[in-house]
Amino acid sequence: MAQALQQLINGLTLGSVYGLIAIGYTMVYGIIGMINFAHGDVYMVSAFIAVTTFTLLAALGVSSVPLALLVVLVVAVLFTSAYGWTVERTAYRPLRNSTRLAPLISAIGMSIFLQNMVQVTQGARVKPVPPMLSDGITLFTSGSYSVRISSAQILIIVLTVVLMAGFTWLITRTAFGRQQRACEQDRLVTAFLGYNVDRIISLTFMIGAALAAVAGVMVTMYYGVVDFYIGFVAGIKAFTAAVLGGVGSLPGAMLGGLIIGLLESFWASYLSPEYKDIGTFVILIMVLMFRPSGLLGRPEVEKV
Amino acid sequence: MTAIVHAHHTPTLSERLKDASAAAFIALILGIPMIGMTTVDQGGFLAVMTRWPQLALFVGLTFAGRILFSLALETIKRRSQGRKSGKSAASAAEAANAALKRGTKPESVIGWLAVGIAVALPIFFSEDRYIIDIATSVLIYIMLGWGLNVVVGLAGLLDLGYVAFYAVGAYTYALLSTQFGWGFWEALPVAGGLAALFGVLLGWPTLRLRGDYLAIVTLGFGEIIRLLLVNWTELSGGPNGITSIPRPSVFGYAFLPPDTEGSIADLLGIEFSPMHRLLFLYYLILLLALLTNLFVTAMRRLPLGRAWEAVREDEIACKAMGINVTTVKLSAFAIGAMLGGFAGVFFAARQGFISPESFTFSESAIILAIVVLGGMGSQLGVVLAALVLVMLPELGRDFAEYRMLLFGFAMIVIMVWRPGGILANRAPTLIHVPTGDKA
Amino acid sequence: MTGKTLLSVQNLTMRFGGLTAIDNLSLNVPDQAITGIIGPNGAGKTTFFNCLTGFYKPTEGAVTLNHPTKGPIRLADLPSHKVAQTAQVVRTFQNIRLFAQMTVLENLVVAQHNALQKASMFSIAGLLRLPGYRKAADEAIERALSWLKRLNLMDIVNVPAGALPYGTQRRVEIARALCVNPLLLCLDEPAAGLNPKESAELNTLLLHLVQEEGVSILLIEHDMSVVMNVSDHICVLNYGRKIAEGTPAEIRVDPNVIKAYLGEDEDDQPVEKAS
Repeated sequence: MAQALQQLINGLTLGSVYGLIAIGYTMVYGIIGMINFAHGDVYMVSAFIAVTTFTLLAALGVSSVPLALLVVLVVAVLFTSAYGWTVERTAYRPLRNSTRLAPLISAIGMSIFLQNMVQVTQGARVKPVPPMLSDGITLFTSGSYSVRISSAQILIIVLTVVLMAGFTWLITRTAFGRQQRACEQDRLVTAFLGYNVDRIISLTFMIGAALAAVAGVMVTMYYGVVDFYIGFVAGIKAFTAAVLGGVGSLPGAMLGGLIIGLLESFWASYLSPEYKDIGTFVILIMVLMFRPSGLLGRPEVEKV
Repeated sequence: MTAIVHAHHTPTLSERLKDASAAAFIALILGIPMIGMTTVDQGGFLAVMTRWPQLALFVGLTFAGRILFSLALETIKRRSQGRKSGKSAASAAEAANAALKRGTKPESVIGWLAVGIAVALPIFFSEDRYIIDIATSVLIYIMLGWGLNVVVGLAGLLDLGYVAFYAVGAYTYALLSTQFGWGFWEALPVAGGLAALFGVLLGWPTLRLRGDYLAIVTLGFGEIIRLLLVNWTELSGGPNGITSIPRPSVFGYAFLPPDTEGSIADLLGIEFSPMHRLLFLYYLILLLALLTNLFVTAMRRLPLGRAWEAVREDEIACKAMGINVTTVKLSAFAIGAMLGGFAGVFFAARQGFISPESFTFSESAIILAIVVLGGMGSQLGVVLAALVLVMLPELGRDFAEYRMLLFGFAMIVIMVWRPGGILANRAPTLIHVPTGDKA
Repeated sequence: MTGKTLLSVQNLTMRFGGLTAIDNLSLNVPDQAITGIIGPNGAGKTTFFNCLTGFYKPTEGAVTLNHPTKGPIRLADLPSHKVAQTAQVVRTFQNIRLFAQMTVLENLVVAQHNALQKASMFSIAGLLRLPGYRKAADEAIERALSWLKRLNLMDIVNVPAGALPYGTQRRVEIARALCVNPLLLCLDEPAAGLNPKESAELNTLLLHLVQEEGVSILLIEHDMSVVMNVSDHICVLNYGRKIAEGTPAEIRVDPNVIKAYLGEDEDDQPVEKAS
């Protein structure tokens, strides 16, 4: 029981991170009908930006953890959005009216490029970051097992809830949100109505990247290990989350993220840690086979 | 038919400078956290290291590159405008006939030349172990490229986990030979068949999916296979892999030192040299690769091969013509997988040792890059791309480091510039000559 | 016309969420005749084709083809490729779907895939170049060429289909559909984008197909010069419902049809439809 509760806490933390990344996949899919293969790598870039900024702040003598976190979040979100913008501008926009295969390949090219760019400029070795906010509350102790929630975990979960609330407001209540949803329905008509579709799509990529950046900062702070390869696995898991929740559905992305996070921590704890990643892939394949529209998505009708 | 010529706006110098400045600004923003700064490990804790000169260079290069790019684009546009003619049936027929006359002759001449060079290579470098090794590697990648070309280039299915089938082939041979004493030639068809079976098992449920879903599922599948190989130690030896895999033999004779049972050197009465085995391996992969090429070229001219291309062009039209799209895709997937499996068997036999490290996603990415850069569907393009991709890291450590970076970049550029690939002139599989004789 | 019914549609309904694209449609398509399907944009004509050819699964109702040798076939139960292969119901598309990079001849040979695939014994006979396969392959090319000749397309045999002008692409698509050996040919706006001369040629071709080749035709068309001249029978759809059925002469004077095309309200000015 105690172990289950601990895994629930760990799973929610992990799930929040996946959910934040999954939103980027879902939003981009909603608006251009394509998977952004480079999204996981944008997340990885943000983690490296976080590492550098944390180190810089420590060198400058900033000792207040909340202040440091705030600065890192702002810096990472700004720079990572620029990466999101560039990915769209270079790998997607020129191919919007091209063949089916071309944008997929250019996106894979972008993913390979980002991974290797980071490997070349930042090195292939794992970056160790001293753990932050590792203090926490012991909820209860049963026998020798004590259930703990760390400050970092609380922060991740709370921040995700706040971001989700803000994001839902952005999409449902603001002018940009309306334009974004209009674009998802029909890009051409949105353009006829006088809206700048290119701008809306660019902003969508930037918002997705910004949310991934928050996830990147959180992961850097929580796990303290970052390398150029983390985007690959996290990308697939977040994508699985997006598919599981229903690609195109924002609450679905969050729900999918939580399910994948919980599943992963329970699987690792009760079954076998070695095969936890296989569990995710198997879910991905099963969902695509039996319910491609996911839990909260709408089924697609093939246009003839 | 009236030809509408759009008045073309030539950007002024100041517009060009503005545009280049914008590009340079973005390069600056992107470059600050990646090029401008990095962290270095100083005994357990990190310290920030700055590289402002490199950043300045990067920004400057972007600025200059953008201006040169816009000038080049200008020239190309002006030239193509002069050539553009109205789209009518007559002009289309004229263009097609001109293309037919040019034909595939230059390409086939280069192809035969390449085969000639490949066959003659060991004669000139029979003592140069390094050259033969590299050439063998190039040929493995060529074979993999030709195999994946069936899936990506012909059938238009993006397979990001091709290395899984390569792994299936390699491990099948490794296990059959080390555990059950099978020889190379007995294991080859079994391993190919098993790889094809894996292709069907993966493809059957997933090939109905949209192209990008398929891509990510194959990516996941590649990882599943790799993770299984890492973790299922009883079967695969785990991260340590499988060692002392027997080398291929010739009619039961092996390349063994003299006075050993079954030594070829003894049989032929020649002096034993370890180079003989390398040369044999080289010719073996050359043979396998050429057979692959013949097979794929022949398939392309058969109904199934044409259906692969038709599925790539328009699935819905295929269904309306009565073509079972799932079966067609599945066959492309299975045949691509089988060819990958064959290459895997050779790889295991050549290395004598395999481990999961040889079958990571980046290997899939390299093979995909070979196919994409060479021109999807083009057999010769694959050869050129494989040559460049394998030789580049041999030129120096720097090239090795920047290889995948360059290739990722090139994949984007080529898709934007020529979505069909560099050598994308598709040769028709049927040509009707009006005089009555058919080609 | 033989007087027999080739295709019978009973109470066909197709809903997308809340939208009813086809509403309780019943229709008999006569054998060896041309049946025109007309109606304003959005009347459900293409949706009807999609239901016939297996691209959509109808919400309700049945579509039965009375095959001369295979007996009645329920089309709604078949996947789309089986509709063409088994029931020999073949269609073209409103927004032309050719294999753009492949040549015209290749397009027409691909259309004979199932027969050729069998002759090549799933590529084995093909790879060995056995005479049985080579004969079948030659026949497929001959058949393709004969249709191209019939449609005056011999100049462009070796041209990639995507490089052709619009009107020519339409004719190539019809030639390709004919290579599938259709019993019922469903043409979705074949005259769209054709000039008057080409439309007239299309009329001749359609009549020839029915009279000489024994093909039956279902024709969606906005060009009244085609529909009214060649159709034996016309069915008018509006908002997914059948509002009239009869010979061209009857349809011309049908008050329901006039109302549907010119608007419900008598005060409305008749508006020229730009389609």
